[in-house]
Amino acid sequence: MPERIAVFGGVYSNYLALDAACRDALQRGAEHLYCLGDLGAFGPHPERVFPVLESHQVVTIQGNYEESLSASSPDCNCGYTDPRDNYFAQISYDYTARNTSAAAKRWMATLPKMLRLEFAGRRVLMAHGSPRRINEFLWYSTSPVPFLSRMLEEHRADLLLVTHTGLHWQRRLPGDRDVVNVGAVGRPPNNGRTEVYYALLTCRERLEVEFVPVAYQAVRLAHEMREEKLPEEFVQTILTGWWTTCLEILPAKERAAGRF
Amino acid sequence: MSEDRRATCPSVPFLSLDTLWFQVAGTLCNLRCTHCFIACSPHNHSHGMLSLATVRRYLKEAEALGVKEYYFTGGEPFMNRELLPILEETLRLGPATVLTNGLFLDAKRCAKLQALQLGSEYSLDLRISVDGWGPDDHDRIRGPGTFSRTMAGVRRLWDAGLNPVLTVTELAEGVASPSGRERFLEQLRGMGISKPRLKVLSLFRLGAEERRQRGYHPWERLEPDTKVDPEQLQCGSGRMVTSQGVYVCPILIDVPGARMGQTLLETLRPFDLAYPACYTCHVQGVTCRT
Repeated sequence: MPERIAVFGGVYSNYLALDAACRDALQRGAEHLYCLGDLGAFGPHPERVFPVLESHQVVTIQGNYEESLSASSPDCNCGYTDPRDNYFAQISYDYTARNTSAAAKRWMATLPKMLRLEFAGRRVLMAHGSPRRINEFLWYSTSPVPFLSRMLEEHRADLLLVTHTGLHWQRRLPGDRDVVNVGAVGRPPNNGRTEVYYALLTCRERLEVEFVPVAYQAVRLAHEMREEKLPEEFVQTILTGWWTTCLEILPAKERAAGRF
Repeated sequence: MSEDRRATCPSVPFLSLDTLWFQVAGTLCNLRCTHCFIACSPHNHSHGMLSLATVRRYLKEAEALGVKEYYFTGGEPFMNRELLPILEETLRLGPATVLTNGLFLDAKRCAKLQALQLGSEYSLDLRISVDGWGPDDHDRIRGPGTFSRTMAGVRRLWDAGLNPVLTVTELAEGVASPSGRERFLEQLRGMGISKPRLKVLSLFRLGAEERRQRGYHPWERLEPDTKVDPEQLQCGSGRMVTSQGVYVCPILIDVPGARMGQTLLETLRPFDLAYPACYTCHVQGVTCRT
C-alpha cells in the first residue's frame, strides 16, 4: 500500500503546470499520481496534456470536459447558470473541442467516472464534481458537515477527493472522515498569486493532507494563450492570479475573497 | 391526490433533501407588490411567522437528513423579529440565503449581518428584489419611493462588507437580455459595487400577478408523458417549511395539494406536477435558488 499519493484537480490545458506539479510530487515521494479530470479548457494546446499524463503515469478519471468532448456535446456541461459565466465557458469549450483529436476523444470515453482505493486504512473515493454529479460544485462555504457526511455514507467512503471548483479545501467530518477538494493545477486559486495547487496525501499514524503550491512557467503559458487568441481575460488570470471570468457561480464568501 | 389527476400529469422523483426553505415571515410583508405570486401584504395571515423554536425543530431534522443549504423568505423576512438569531443558528449548520425587499437594512442591521457572516464558516447571502432599472417600474409594482430606499439598502450592505445578489423579475421588458442585464450591472458599478451580482427571475401567474396580468391558460399544464428532470426541478431536491407544514416548493404554498406533511421526513417522496406553476418551472428551467 502506498504511503504517499498526489492528486491533481482540473488541468484546463495547463500542461506546463501539470508537468511541474508531477515533478514536484515525485520529488516529494509520491508513489502514485492521480488526476480528477477536466484536462482541457481555458489554456492552449489541449493535446499537450496527454503526453505529460502518460510520461508520469497519472491515473485519470473523467471530468465533465472529457464526458462532453467524448460525447460530442455542444457545451462543457460545467453547470454554470449565469449567462456571463456560460459565455466564457463556451469559448473555452469550443477551442478545446476544435483542438482535440477524434482519437483523444475516444480515449476520454474510456476513462472511469470514479475511482476507489484503499489509502491510510480509509475507503477513498475520487470523483470530479461529486460522486452523484460530475458537475456538482463543492465549495468550502456551501458544503456543510451534515451534507458531506450524508454523501460519504451514501457512497460508502471515508475520504472523498473532488475538484471542479478550482479552489482547494479540506473539511474534517465526525468519525475520522474527510472531504478534500484538491483544487486545480490549471489556474491559480483566485488569490493574487500565480502558483497552482495540488493535494499531497500522506499516510502516517493518521492521514495528512497538504496543499502544495507549484510555481511553473506562467509567462510562457500566457504567451501561448495569446498566440492561440484565447481571451485576454483568461491570460490575465494566469498572470495575476485573480479570476476574471466564471465568477457568478462563486458563493458569497468565495466571491468576497477575490478581486473581481 | 385522486387517481384521475395522477393519470393526467407527470411525477417528479425525489432525489435527496439538499435545499430547505423557510417561509420565515409567513405571508406578511410591509409591501403589497402587484405581482406577488402569494399576494403577501401587511394583512395576509395565510401563513404565519415562524418562531425560532419552530425553525430550530426543523433544523434538527434537516441536520440529520444532511441538508446542503437553507433559504429564508416571506413575506418580508426582516419583519420576523427573531430572524437574526434564526440565521445565527442556521449558519452553524450550513449556508443561508435571505430574500428581502431591502427596506429594513439600516446600517446597524447590516453590521450585524456581516458579523454573522464573518462568524460562520458558511456563506450568508442576501438577495434583494428589484423590478426594473428605476423607480418607474419598481415603484409602480412595490409602492412610491421604494426603489431609492431599496437601493440605499443595497449600498449599506456593500458598505458593511456584504455583496447582495440583485434579484430582478422579468417584469420590465428586456431585463433578461444581455443588454438588459448589463444595464443592471452598470448601475451597480455606478454605485461603487465593484462585483455586481444579478439573478433574473421568471414571473408566476399566481396570486396578485394573476390579477395584474393574467392567470395560466388551460393549456399551460404538463402532459403526463412530459419527461421531467428531477435534477433541474427544485421539487426533486428541496422543500419549503411554513407555519402550516411542509410544502413541496416556495411557489405553491397557497395550494393545499402541495402541502406534503408536517415533518420533513414525511415529504421525502415523489410529487405530482399537477399545477400550472409546474409548467413555468419545467419550461423556463426556473429555480428559486440563487
